[in-house]
Amino acid sequence: MYELITIGGGPAGMTAAVYTARKRIEALLLSKDVGGQVLWTVGIENYMGYQYIEGPELIQKFEGQVKQFPLEQKIGQGVAALSRTDAGFEVKTEGGDSYQAKAVIVATGKRPRQLNVPGEEKLKGRGVTYCAICDGPIFAGEKVAVIGGGNSALEAASDMVKIAEHVYLVSLTPLTGDQILIDRVKDASNLNIFLEHEVVEIEGSKRVEGVTIKDLKSGKKKSGEKKLDVGGVFVEIGLIPNSEIVRGIAKLNGLGEIEVNCACETGVPGLFAAGDVTNVPEKQIVVAAGEGAKAALQAHRYLQRL
Amino acid sequence: MSAKEVKVYSTPTCPYCKMTKKFLEDNGIKYQDLNVAQDKAARDEMINKSGQMGVPVIDIDGELILGFDQAQLKEKLGL
Repeated sequence: MYELITIGGGPAGMTAAVYTARKRIEALLLSKDVGGQVLWTVGIENYMGYQYIEGPELIQKFEGQVKQFPLEQKIGQGVAALSRTDAGFEVKTEGGDSYQAKAVIVATGKRPRQLNVPGEEKLKGRGVTYCAICDGPIFAGEKVAVIGGGNSALEAASDMVKIAEHVYLVSLTPLTGDQILIDRVKDASNLNIFLEHEVVEIEGSKRVEGVTIKDLKSGKKKSGEKKLDVGGVFVEIGLIPNSEIVRGIAKLNGLGEIEVNCACETGVPGLFAAGDVTNVPEKQIVVAAGEGAKAALQAHRYLQRL
Repeated sequence: MSAKEVKVYSTPTCPYCKMTKKFLEDNGIKYQDLNVAQDKAARDEMINKSGQMGVPVIDIDGELILGFDQAQLKEKLGL
């Protein structure tokens, strides 16, 4: 039985870990990975103390800081379930391990949103990718579709026009990303933009062979559908919170984020949440780190009162 | 224990590839780094072997791990 388990290894969870270790709380840090979304971030210029730092490097610094304190960590397994017990909480990992604690901090962050269209699940890793900066170069010389109209879609499109034979940018809405990114791609000779189009299906047996899109203005008519012959589909349509484990225990808002008050309390005694998985406005590294600190200090207070 | 042959199929921009390589280096494991963004033959080899197009792919004596999976890496490398 631990006093506290922190779930999540991004800025919120790692900061919470440092604070709990300094309070000498008997704590466990459980996480599927280290770094969370920061890993995807190329350049960071707004985390204080560094004028410029790359995501993976900042995470190494976070890791180093966590490691200087005695703290039990189990990295590599996601959490499958969280439940309340008489003594507090039980946390079960995807690998089937089970841990008990009097209090829990949920700092599980967000993950890429999926399209939820036929073919997507089957062709994941077979041409469907959610990490354009990782897998983009594998599609050099091919035709690809980038799905989305925000900054990450535009960044993927601007990277891909340089190396792909042709890029189709498909957005449900008008482009919502920053103008500077729109300007970077809009005149590329090998780019077509389809606005107010939705993805109907991703085709292919062993790997992606095409994607069917549909003009939203065409209503139910089949004539509004168009098939694009592409070998890669880059899904860049935003993020969703990893809040499934608290569903039914704590309150979630309409976006699926865990509702917390300004003390990171969920309303369930002993259950705290911090960072991007919560309804706290502004998803920023510096905000998440601050929330992690608050959650840890509040959890410490809670444990002292028990 | 004889050293295992380790290959990492990666792209220079992929954060999980960097983490994988750092993990191997931290554990003193020698590996061959194959940049599939540049090396078309390595790219085809990776796709044929793994049947998929995501990086990193780690080949340890012919056994494949997809993605930066610390638990599997430790198991297959006997760490």
